[in-house]
Amino acid sequence: MTTATALDTDKADIPVFHVTEDEHEHSGGSTMLGFWMYLMSDCLVFAVLFATFGVLGRNYAAGPSGADLFDLKLVAVNTTMLLLSSITYGFAMLAMDKGRQAAVQGWLAVTGLFGLAFIGIELYEFHHMILEGATPMRSAFLSSFFTLVGTHGLHVTFGLIWLTVLMVQVSQRGLIEANRRRLMCLSMFWHFLDVVWIGVFSFVYLMGVLK
Amino acid sequence: MNSYPDWWKLVFGRFTLEAIPYHEPILLATFAGVVIGGLALIALITRMKAWGYLWHEWFTSVDHKKIGIMYMVLGIVMLLRGFADALMMRGQQAIAFGANEGYLPPHHYDQIFTAHGVIMIFFVAMPLVTGLMNYVVPLQIGARDVAFPFLNNFSFWMTVGGVVLVMASLFVGEFAKVGWLAYPPLSGAAYSPGVGMDYYLWALQIAGVGTTLSGINLIATIVKMRAPGMDMMKMPVFTWTALCTNVLIVASFPILAGTLALLTLDRYVGTNFFTNDLGGNPMMYVNLIWIWGHPEVYILILPVFGVYSEVASTFSGKRLFGYTSMVYATVVITILSYLVWLHHFFTMGSGASVNSFFGITTMIISIPTGAKIFNWLFTMYRGRIRFELPMMWLLAFMLTFVIGGMTGVMLAVPPADFILHNSLFLIAHFHNVIIGGVVFGAFAGITYWFPKAFGFKLDEFWGRLSFWFWVIGFYVAFMPLYVLGLMGVTRRVNHFEDPSLQIWFVIAAFGAVLIALGILCFLIQIGVSILRREQLRDTTGDPWDGRTLEWSTSSPPPAYNFAFTPVIHDHDTWADMKKRGYRRPLTGFKPIHMPKNTGAGLIISAFATICGFALVWYIWWLAALAFIAVIATAIAHTFNYNRDFHIPAEAVLREENARTEQLGQA
Amino acid sequence: MMNRRFLALLPLFALLGGCQAVLLSPSGDVALQQRNLMLISTGLMLTVILPVMALTVFFAWRYRASAKAEYDPDWNHSLPLEVVIWAVPLLIIVILGALTWMGTHLLDPYRPLNRISATAPIATPQGGEAQVRKQPLVIQVVALDWKWLFLYPQQGIASVNEVVAPVNQPIEFRITASSVMNSLFIPALAGQIYAMPGMQTKLNAVINHAGDFEGFSANYSGEGFSGMRFRFRGVEGNGFEDWVKAARDKGDKLGREEYLVFERPSEREPARQFGSVAPDLYDAILNMCVDRAKMCMRDMMAMDAKGGGGKEGISTVMALEYDKSVRRGGAPLPPRPFVTAICTPADVYGKGGVTAQVAN
Repeated sequence: MTTATALDTDKADIPVFHVTEDEHEHSGGSTMLGFWMYLMSDCLVFAVLFATFGVLGRNYAAGPSGADLFDLKLVAVNTTMLLLSSITYGFAMLAMDKGRQAAVQGWLAVTGLFGLAFIGIELYEFHHMILEGATPMRSAFLSSFFTLVGTHGLHVTFGLIWLTVLMVQVSQRGLIEANRRRLMCLSMFWHFLDVVWIGVFSFVYLMGVLK
Repeated sequence: MNSYPDWWKLVFGRFTLEAIPYHEPILLATFAGVVIGGLALIALITRMKAWGYLWHEWFTSVDHKKIGIMYMVLGIVMLLRGFADALMMRGQQAIAFGANEGYLPPHHYDQIFTAHGVIMIFFVAMPLVTGLMNYVVPLQIGARDVAFPFLNNFSFWMTVGGVVLVMASLFVGEFAKVGWLAYPPLSGAAYSPGVGMDYYLWALQIAGVGTTLSGINLIATIVKMRAPGMDMMKMPVFTWTALCTNVLIVASFPILAGTLALLTLDRYVGTNFFTNDLGGNPMMYVNLIWIWGHPEVYILILPVFGVYSEVASTFSGKRLFGYTSMVYATVVITILSYLVWLHHFFTMGSGASVNSFFGITTMIISIPTGAKIFNWLFTMYRGRIRFELPMMWLLAFMLTFVIGGMTGVMLAVPPADFILHNSLFLIAHFHNVIIGGVVFGAFAGITYWFPKAFGFKLDEFWGRLSFWFWVIGFYVAFMPLYVLGLMGVTRRVNHFEDPSLQIWFVIAAFGAVLIALGILCFLIQIGVSILRREQLRDTTGDPWDGRTLEWSTSSPPPAYNFAFTPVIHDHDTWADMKKRGYRRPLTGFKPIHMPKNTGAGLIISAFATICGFALVWYIWWLAALAFIAVIATAIAHTFNYNRDFHIPAEAVLREENARTEQLGQA
Repeated sequence: MMNRRFLALLPLFALLGGCQAVLLSPSGDVALQQRNLMLISTGLMLTVILPVMALTVFFAWRYRASAKAEYDPDWNHSLPLEVVIWAVPLLIIVILGALTWMGTHLLDPYRPLNRISATAPIATPQGGEAQVRKQPLVIQVVALDWKWLFLYPQQGIASVNEVVAPVNQPIEFRITASSVMNSLFIPALAGQIYAMPGMQTKLNAVINHAGDFEGFSANYSGEGFSGMRFRFRGVEGNGFEDWVKAARDKGDKLGREEYLVFERPSEREPARQFGSVAPDLYDAILNMCVDRAKMCMRDMMAMDAKGGGGKEGISTVMALEYDKSVRRGGAPLPPRPFVTAICTPADVYGKGGVTAQVAN
């Protein structure tokens, strides 16, 4: 607004009707808002899945319940992996603010490894349950369990692909503004998945075992 | 199916040659028509050497104005398809009595009413309102484009992807036979084993992605890109309704996506969300789908409320009465629309307290809606009303919509709903509000902003003819349905025994024919207007003595919309500028920063559509390939950092000088 | 000329007068009260809608540009007016809301009737304090593909696509479905309620006039939906007893095996009766265990309430050959797991096993 001047101010009572200088393009601002809204919309998808689990989560169809199936120790390890990956992503962002590209890449790689570990453990858990016969088709409880946890897992997988792409792009072009913006978005995405997982862990696993 | 060898199933999934409906004469004729028409169109484009033009100037365009126009074209084309379905239904119901089974067996009829609902809501009404918002909002807030121009293009093509799948179902396989909201268990694998339901699921899922992203896009645009001085309470009312609409979109379409995904899993994987067996709960689906479905109807109606507000104030030559209460009414409707979903199934046995709660919240919505009607009414008071076409649509709307509102409140009283639910009375009610509200509003909006978009007005004579056909046709077509509803006739029936009903159906069919003439006149109107464009030319950029910012630019506006970003002092910005002696800047132009066109959106959507098609037919290899292609194209697109350019100052000067010359002639 | 044109319209008015708007002149007390509520709400809203329509036309005409009426382009706000335009709809909705709350509770289909008609209470005084409530006739309703089955547990008979009840006799419908959602609707009698598989809904109603009335499914349920109609007959005197006796005399039997055949999709079944019905049939249909190989939903839910069947429960699943798709004439699906009754540790929970208990 400070740059606003009128071209025709020969009459004093005519107010300023346009700016002559465009404000500096803050496209990043819109991106952050837009991405945040995307996350909220994604949050609603999870809300649907949580609600479904809330309604159907006790419909075991005379089959196994969470208490019968869940291995809390394994899930605890898994949760640790994801929480640690969030912390290491935080370090990557700190390094980005200081402009240290190598450190950013390093922390991103560590984050990716933790993410991979998380996915690996989850796949192991699913594989084990399916081998036992506790498939998503067995009961409404298992359907909603696999869908909720699986959707989260798919998000993490997608995050890993994105992370890899970003690492390539950072290595190609460095920490330019576009890349910083993208790293910020992925950061929001990654922490969002962490928050969702805390919900999954408490709501599905802990309450499932405690009853 | 079983006679096909294994390699066939591997390559073509469950597609068989029998899936081509060559034994159905109606479909065959339609198909022939589409093929001939399509070939003629392709030949014409090729002869005019217009492919390059279309590709560079339209398909890959990230200009919100062009995308808006493409949405409108899509909506109008699909209106023809959806309306053809309506005519067939009206024809069937007018003759299928007693011994006469009509010409549509249930197998065909059930597809038609499902397709009619799906197409009219998702692929007619949605593109029309999205198109209007896309075109008008950035111009009204003084922006050069939306916040995410590429995403805008991508959203449009995802909507087209949904359309392509729905249209494909006409000629390859079949469409769903489950009603437009596809309640399970009927829509589950056990009771709807064919490809129709899968077409439905993937078409809506793909189009839904586009809608959600376009919602995010427009919110970011309105929140972040308003011209300096335009605080929230200085936004034009159309922009306000667009904002609320898009909030509704972002807060409801993910629920649709999630719900359809669960149904998809039930059908493809064999999970038990909505099955009868093994702990599934079909009522869960009904709740979820209506938590999306009710906000959806407000997604359709809110933007046209905005259109009506602009029209009322412009053609009364007067500020809108009660701007503040109009804004609050819109916000209240937005919030309340999430608290009423259960009124769609009072009859599912929820118990008296739950039913009364949702009945009363539904009635409460009529308070802000009523306030809006009064506001338009008092905008006309002490105005100087010009009966141009948009104003006539507004008046028709005000007289028609209140009837729909009244029958809506009747349906909101649970004991009354017990006798009216699922009846033709209900059908008449929602057509009353959707045609009398959304469609009339879309026509008002099209007529109002057409000169802005194309530089010439629409022909008045054919427009009036279309108007009268539509309005009279609506009453002739739907008042009998109210009567039939009171006679206890239910929806989705393709054959009747009671001959005393027939006359009403015949009248309704006649009404549908009148509406068809209305549509025909509208198409002629567009054709005639193009031919007479020199007489209808608008050189001022402000043909209606408009009040909001979009009328301050030329018609059509330059690619950059505004040579200088405007500064806003009042919500009727342009009226204010005209009153206070605004003069156009003629010199001092600077290069303008603009986004570049890209084909990535179209390509990704094309792959997504192929993926959907392959999933419908269980062609797993193609689905996998197409899905990988979607991801790969998206990733490849992110490697393109060179996404914008500057329009040089000289080009801006040229453009502005041309406008100065044009204004001089006016 | 004008007159002749008007004459041409006359048949249309005759049509309006002659049309049988069943919702406006129903024969059952519940439907009558529902109609009254509908009319009252219409009347209430017309008090504001008619003035609005009149004002719309009047303002449009009064302030047309050519009239050169008073013009005040900046007039856009008036607090008193704003208060009125919010308050008037609010007032109407407050009244309507109160009516809705009361009406919804009084006309809740689950609520036993408290009157036979406006003039006849449900309880007849028997001298002094003693009162005798009329006990309802129970009719169990099953919506099938695409026909209706009505079971009379008190009489031990069943009827297809025809339901008969004595005039002025409270009826309690208990409603379920075999496969997909339907809606039981007899417009002359009372409002509709959904029929859903594995679930039960209820409808209390009474018919006040003898006659033949139309009933049908009001919720689309697939291919044969249009023909899913039945006759509801309100009969006087001994009509009901005679009808029951005639059904019993014919002696057709409806047991589980017969039901499984009957359940298969069919359209436009003629009305017919079964003279004897397996007493546990409705309960088995409701619990989706007419086929004895399947575990009843009630038992399954009891197990689930106690924490499911454990890992051993997985093995109680076996592929069952039949599926409903085939029975509806569709393509066969890949085998799906069904819970069977074989391994139900029913006695562990003291729930009485899989054999469905006779309700009532």
